[in-house]
Amino acid sequence: MSLTAPVDLGLALLLLGLAVWVIAASATYRAAEGFIAYGLVLALVWVRLGSVDVALTEAALGSGLTGLLLLRAAARLPPADPAERARPAKGVRVLAGLLCAVVTAGLAAVVLLLPEPAPTLAPAAAASLPATGVGNPVTGVLLAYRAVDTLGESIVLVLALIGLWSLAPDAAWGGRPGALTTAPAGSALRFLAQVLPPFGILVGIHLLWVGADHPGGKFQGATVLAAMWVLVIIAGLRRPPPVTSRATRWLVVVGSLIFVGIGAAGIWLAEAFLAYPDGLAKPLILAIEAALTLSVAVILGLLLAGPPEAERPTERRS
Amino acid sequence: MSEATLFGLCGAALVGLGLYGLICHPGALRKILAFNLIGSGVFLLFGIVARRGAASGFGGDPVPQALVITGLVVAFAATALAVALVLRLAQTSGRTGLDPERPGQPEGTRRTES
Repeated sequence: MSLTAPVDLGLALLLLGLAVWVIAASATYRAAEGFIAYGLVLALVWVRLGSVDVALTEAALGSGLTGLLLLRAAARLPPADPAERARPAKGVRVLAGLLCAVVTAGLAAVVLLLPEPAPTLAPAAAASLPATGVGNPVTGVLLAYRAVDTLGESIVLVLALIGLWSLAPDAAWGGRPGALTTAPAGSALRFLAQVLPPFGILVGIHLLWVGADHPGGKFQGATVLAAMWVLVIIAGLRRPPPVTSRATRWLVVVGSLIFVGIGAAGIWLAEAFLAYPDGLAKPLILAIEAALTLSVAVILGLLLAGPPEAERPTERRS
Repeated sequence: MSEATLFGLCGAALVGLGLYGLICHPGALRKILAFNLIGSGVFLLFGIVARRGAASGFGGDPVPQALVITGLVVAFAATALAVALVLRLAQTSGRTGLDPERPGQPEGTRRTES
């Protein structure tokens, strides 16, 4: 038994404890707070599993931005009336508990009976990595071997934003997103929003740049950039752009457009959609990553900012 | 027990916990939280598959890792959309749950911010 075993056990117990807290907490905002802590512990677990790329994404996106989203939503929702707060009958809860225990037992059995030796694509990924010019195998998978997944994902993000905007009442269309600007910010928050973004933007660009060879990449970098933008919006230093702004819409789609454009060019230049010509893989991957970072950052920020609202800032405080 | 097995069992427990919350919590926002727990449990199962596939000098199989990163981003987008739907539901009907049998508060008396 190595020295790290107690650490792993402690992390696992902490993770499960926080998960129980998220489910059992009485108030929704407490559950959301628990979820943020849960996400940070989960990021540590990912580090222990050797997936630093995933750990960065989990800490920034799974814990940070998702936590912010849920906290704001918990603050804006009306308190549930007692009739809605009633839990299902005891029999239903016991049945649900049994069902969930069966599901967990099934998954645990799968975990314990995983094939030995474990199947892996790591040698295949390593074999062709030099041809792509990137050193980080995860970036290689995201942008070379499985680029079509990443392309689909960048389009899913655009669709999610369209879906979110389409929830706006007719009267509010053309307005600015209002979910992040509900209360006047204190001076400490405004100060933080002036000091932190220059460093945050550097960190975001650094994460993008080192992602080619080390843990990091466009999603992690874009999340940090989006967080900086959201901080500035929450502090009231800048307002989110109106949804009819043409410049914003171009920023939202430019990543996917460049990705599709380079992918389509591959049909003629490299004989397949999303294939890169020899020797040009690295510059093309970097171009796609840079454009996607910009688009993903803008989309994440706009997803947090919510659907447009009518320009009556005092209405919601009545 | 290796760390992969330990955290794999952890992921299995998270899926069960999240499923319980999804079924038993009446509040829509709590259901979203529970659903995110299920998602992270599933991602963790991917993580141990990646860890067990460590080879060629990598700390883990990069393919499942890349899938999890893609999944995390999509999960965030889906959560943002779901939260917006819940907020809109509360705005139009005053309800915070999904049970259509229970009427919400009338439009004029509800509080939209706490």
